[in-house]
Amino acid sequence: MIQNAQPDLITVNIDGREIAVPKGTNVIEAARRLGIEVPHYCYHPKLTIVGNCRMCLVEMGLPAVDPATKTPIMDSATGKQKINWMPRPTIGCATNASPGLHIRTTTPLVKECREGVMEFLLINHPLDCPICDQAGECSLQEHATGYGRGYSRFIEDKNVKPKRTQLGPRVTLDDERCILCSRCVRFSQEIAKDDVLGFIDRGSYSTLTCYPGKKLENNYSLNTVDICPVGALTSTDFRFKMRVWFLKQTDSIDPESSVGCNTVIWSREGAIYRITPRSNDEVNDTWMPDSGRALYKQVRVAGRLAESKIDGGSALPEAALAKAIQLLKAGSVAVVGSGRSSVEEQFLTKKLADALHAPAWLVSRVGQGDGILLSADRNPNVRGALVTGLIKELPAARLTELAAKIDSGEIKTVLSVGEDLTGGGLTAAQFKKASVIYLGTHTNGTSAASAVVLPTLTIFEKSGTFINQQFRLQKFSKAVPGAAGATDATDDLVVLAKLLAAVSGGTLIGDVDALWATLKAEIPQFSAITLASLPATGLLLDRTPWASLPFAEGETLHYKPAQLTAATT
Amino acid sequence: MPPQRRIIFKHIDEPGYSNDLACYVRNGGYEVLKRSVQRKPEELMDEVKKSGLRGRGGAGFPCGIKWTLVDRKSGKPIYLIVNADESEPGTFKDRYIMEQDPHQLIEGIMITCFANNVKQAYIYIRGEFPQGARILEQAIAEARAANFCGPNILGTNYSCEIYVHRGAGAYICGEETGLIESLEGKRPYPRIKPPYFPAVLGLYQCPTIVNNVETLCHVKHIVDMGGDAYAKIGTPNNTGTRILCVSGHVQRPGYYEFEVGKVTMGQLLNEVCGGPLPGRKFKAVIPGGSSAKILKCGEVFTLKNKDGSTRTLAFEDIPMDFDTLAAIGTMGGSGGVIVMDDSVSMVEALGNINAFYAHESCGQCTPCREGSLWMKKITARMVNGDARPEDGALLKNVADQIAGRTICAFGEACAWPTQSFVLKFGDEFKAYAETKKAKPADSMELV
Repeated sequence: MIQNAQPDLITVNIDGREIAVPKGTNVIEAARRLGIEVPHYCYHPKLTIVGNCRMCLVEMGLPAVDPATKTPIMDSATGKQKINWMPRPTIGCATNASPGLHIRTTTPLVKECREGVMEFLLINHPLDCPICDQAGECSLQEHATGYGRGYSRFIEDKNVKPKRTQLGPRVTLDDERCILCSRCVRFSQEIAKDDVLGFIDRGSYSTLTCYPGKKLENNYSLNTVDICPVGALTSTDFRFKMRVWFLKQTDSIDPESSVGCNTVIWSREGAIYRITPRSNDEVNDTWMPDSGRALYKQVRVAGRLAESKIDGGSALPEAALAKAIQLLKAGSVAVVGSGRSSVEEQFLTKKLADALHAPAWLVSRVGQGDGILLSADRNPNVRGALVTGLIKELPAARLTELAAKIDSGEIKTVLSVGEDLTGGGLTAAQFKKASVIYLGTHTNGTSAASAVVLPTLTIFEKSGTFINQQFRLQKFSKAVPGAAGATDATDDLVVLAKLLAAVSGGTLIGDVDALWATLKAEIPQFSAITLASLPATGLLLDRTPWASLPFAEGETLHYKPAQLTAATT
Repeated sequence: MPPQRRIIFKHIDEPGYSNDLACYVRNGGYEVLKRSVQRKPEELMDEVKKSGLRGRGGAGFPCGIKWTLVDRKSGKPIYLIVNADESEPGTFKDRYIMEQDPHQLIEGIMITCFANNVKQAYIYIRGEFPQGARILEQAIAEARAANFCGPNILGTNYSCEIYVHRGAGAYICGEETGLIESLEGKRPYPRIKPPYFPAVLGLYQCPTIVNNVETLCHVKHIVDMGGDAYAKIGTPNNTGTRILCVSGHVQRPGYYEFEVGKVTMGQLLNEVCGGPLPGRKFKAVIPGGSSAKILKCGEVFTLKNKDGSTRTLAFEDIPMDFDTLAAIGTMGGSGGVIVMDDSVSMVEALGNINAFYAHESCGQCTPCREGSLWMKKITARMVNGDARPEDGALLKNVADQIAGRTICAFGEACAWPTQSFVLKFGDEFKAYAETKKAKPADSMELV
C-alpha cells in the first residue's frame, strides 16, 4: 500500500496555542481545529472567498526580524521572538497559514471589530425574529448574542426592501433580512452552475434579485436556503410550519440516486417537516438536490399502502402472510429484488431466493445524470445487491427473462420486494398467469394486480445501509415510526425474516443490528465492520470484484468513473 | 507670491493652443517618445525610479516602485490602465489635460507602455466626461495614423493599442480594483488584497499597472529631462510639480501647478487665490479632496524632527507636500483644496459630504455599506432640525468602526471626514442640538 505523502504542514499560533495545519488552511479553519470560534457570515468552506462581511477580523502578527541582518529580534520579557502585530486587523478567511503566523482573537480590538460589524448588520435588519423561520439556526442571532454590543444606538429609519419575493417555485426571498453576504450568488455560479442570482442597486440599498426573466428553479435551489446565514432565503414549503428547536434530527441518505447524499431528517411527533443535507466531504460536501428533499411527502400521502391484501381485498396481516407462505412453498418462484432496498433487506432477499431455489432479478432505473449530485443510476443501492450476491450482473430495465418464464409456465409465483413490476414490463396477462406477492409502500400497477400485498415501510421509517456509486457503505436511521394510518405497514426485514423462517426453518431475526453479525460473517467485504462502528461519513469497500462491470454513472461531484478503472488496472 | 511652474499645464488655456496632433507636434510633441523607443525599457524604468515621482491620483504611492512590483515572470500579458475616473470631490485637473492636451497623456502612456512591455492600454474615463472621451478617441486615432501608437510604432516592432472605455457614474470605479472589475464588465466591487494586487492579479487576472492621468504625463517629462533632474524639482521625497485644484470660498478658485512643497497654505489661499471673499474669514480647508481630513484655520501643529525634538507649524506655513500634510494628520491626496469660510455650518458641510459617500458606497462590505448610510442619516436628521447633543460623538464612533475594517480605502474615505469634522468642530455639533432650528426654506435637500 502506498503511503500518503505527508502534506506540507505549517505551524501557526492562535491565542498563544500552536497548531500544525496543511498548507492552504485559512485562519478560520485553523482556529476551528483548536476549538476556537472565529465568527463569520460570508465565508463557506466550499465556496470562493470574498471577505465582504468583515466579521472574521482578527489581529495578525509576524515574527520580528532585523531588516538588515534578518536575525530574529527577541522580546526580553518573554524570551521568545518578538511579534510585530499589525495595527490593522485582517480577515481570517483570506489569511492562509504561513510560517510564523500569529493570530489573536480575544483582544479589545477584535472585540470592537465584532461589535462594530454586528451593530452595522443590525441597523437595517428588520425586527422579524418572532416570525422568521431562521430563528434558532440564525447566525445573526448567534453572533449578536455572542459578540454583539447588546443594545442599539440606531434611531433613524430602516431601509425598506421587497419582503416576499418568489424567486422560484421553492424559494422565497425577504430582501430586508439579506446581509448581502453573496453566498447564494456564489453557490449558484460555482456549484449549481446556474448563474441567475445577483445584486442590483448600490450601497445599503443593494438588493438580491433573480436575473430579469429568469427564475431560481434549478434542482439545487434549496441549498441557497441552507447556506443563507439569515432568514432572507427561505424554503416556501417549510415557511411558517415549525420552529426548528422542536425538531428531532435523524441522519439519513437520499435514496434518489446512487450518489447517496447524506441527509438530515427533521421530524416532530412522528411527522417529517423537512430534509436538509448533512456534511460529507467525500460524497456531497454540504449539498443535496431539491428533488430529494421533497421525498418526505411520500410518507403520509393518499396512495400509501395501509392494509394487507389478498386478491385485492383487505385481509388480516397474519392471513396475508400465511397466504404468501403457501404460495412460496408451492414452488416455481422467482424473486425480484430492488435497487432501493437496503443492504440488509437484499441480504435476506438473497437468503430467501436461495432457500426457494428461485432466480433473482433487479430492475434498473437509469436517467440523465446531472453531473452534480444526481447520478444516472436512480437506484441508491444496486451495489448492495451485487455485494450481497443477490445479483451478479447489472440489472436491465426490462424483466424480459422473467416475462418469458411466466409465459412458459416455468414461474408460477413472483415475490417482489418493493419493485413495481409493470415498470419492468410485465403485462396484465402475466399478472394473471403468475401470482405476485408484493412488499411495497405505495399503490401502483403491481399492488393493484397482486395476489398478496404486504405493506412495508419507507426509508424514513426504518434503518439500514446503502452502498453508493463509490462503493461506500453508508447508514440511514429510522426517523419516524410507521406512518399513521398505514397500520399494517411492517419493516421489510421483519416480513422477509418471517417468510424465510417459514420457508427454510432459519432463525434470522428481522432486526438490522442483530442481522449484522450474520452479514459480517458471511460477506467478505463486511468482515471488518460493525454497524455500530460505521463512521458517519461511511466506509469505502473493496470494489475489485465488480471493477469490470459497465456501470451507468458519469461524473458527479465526488465520483469519476475513469478514476475507478484506472485504480483497478 | 511663489511662482507657478507649469510643466503639465504648460499649454492649458493657452490662446491658440488646440488639442489636435498638429498643434502638439508643432510644440515639440512626441519627440520624447521617439527618443524613448531607441532606449532600453529598463533605462526608462530607472529614470522614473530616480525621479521619485509619486502617484497623483490620491494615494501618492511611488510610481517607480509600483512598476517594479509587476509580475514579469508568469508570461501573462501586462496591461496598463489609465485611471481617468477623476471623481474625488474637489479635483478637476485630469479633465483639462484630456480635453485640452490629450496628446501629452498619450505620449506619457506610450512611454510607460514601452518601458513596461505593455501591448494594450485602457483609458477608463468617467461616464460624466463624454466630451473628454470623444476628444481622447479622436486623439488616439490621430496618433495611430501618425504611427505614434498602434502596430509597429515609429519604425520599431513594438506595438501597443490604446482603448478608451467609458464608465457609468460610480466613484468606486476610481478604486483600482473596482475599476478593473468594471472594465471586465462586472459590478465594481473592489477586490481583497491580498491576494488580488493588480501588479500580480489585475485585469483578467493578469499583471496590471494602474496610473493616474497626471502621473503618466509626468513620466513623459521625467524621461525628457532625466530622472535626476526631475528629482531636483519640488522637495526631497516630494519631487516634481503637482496641480492644486482650489475651489470654494476664495477670490480666485482654479487650478495651479506648483513645485511640490514650494507653496504654503497661506500663500496659496491668500496670495495665489486672492484671499477670502469680501467680509468673510477663512474657517477650514480640506487639502486633498473630500476624503482628506479637514484642517481648521488657525490650528497649530506639533511635528517631530528626525532627532526626536519637536517643532510647531502654523496653519499658514504648511507646505503643500505629501509628507507634511500626512504628518499633520491629513493628506495631499488628489490635490483638491476645498476652502470654507465662516459662513459655512460644518454640520451641513459634513452632511453634504456624508450624502456623497453614502450614495457612492458600492455596498460590498458591511462597515462601509451600513456605516456610510448611517452617518448620512444622522447628519441629515441633524440638519433637518432634529439633532441631539450626543450625535457628534455617535458620528465619530460610527466612523471609527469603519476605518481600517473594510476591503478598500473607501472605508477610510468616508470615515475620515466625519472623524475630523467632529474632532475639530465638535462644539458646532453639540451646539446644533441647542439651536434645533427648522431647515431654512431655500436650502437644498440632501440627496
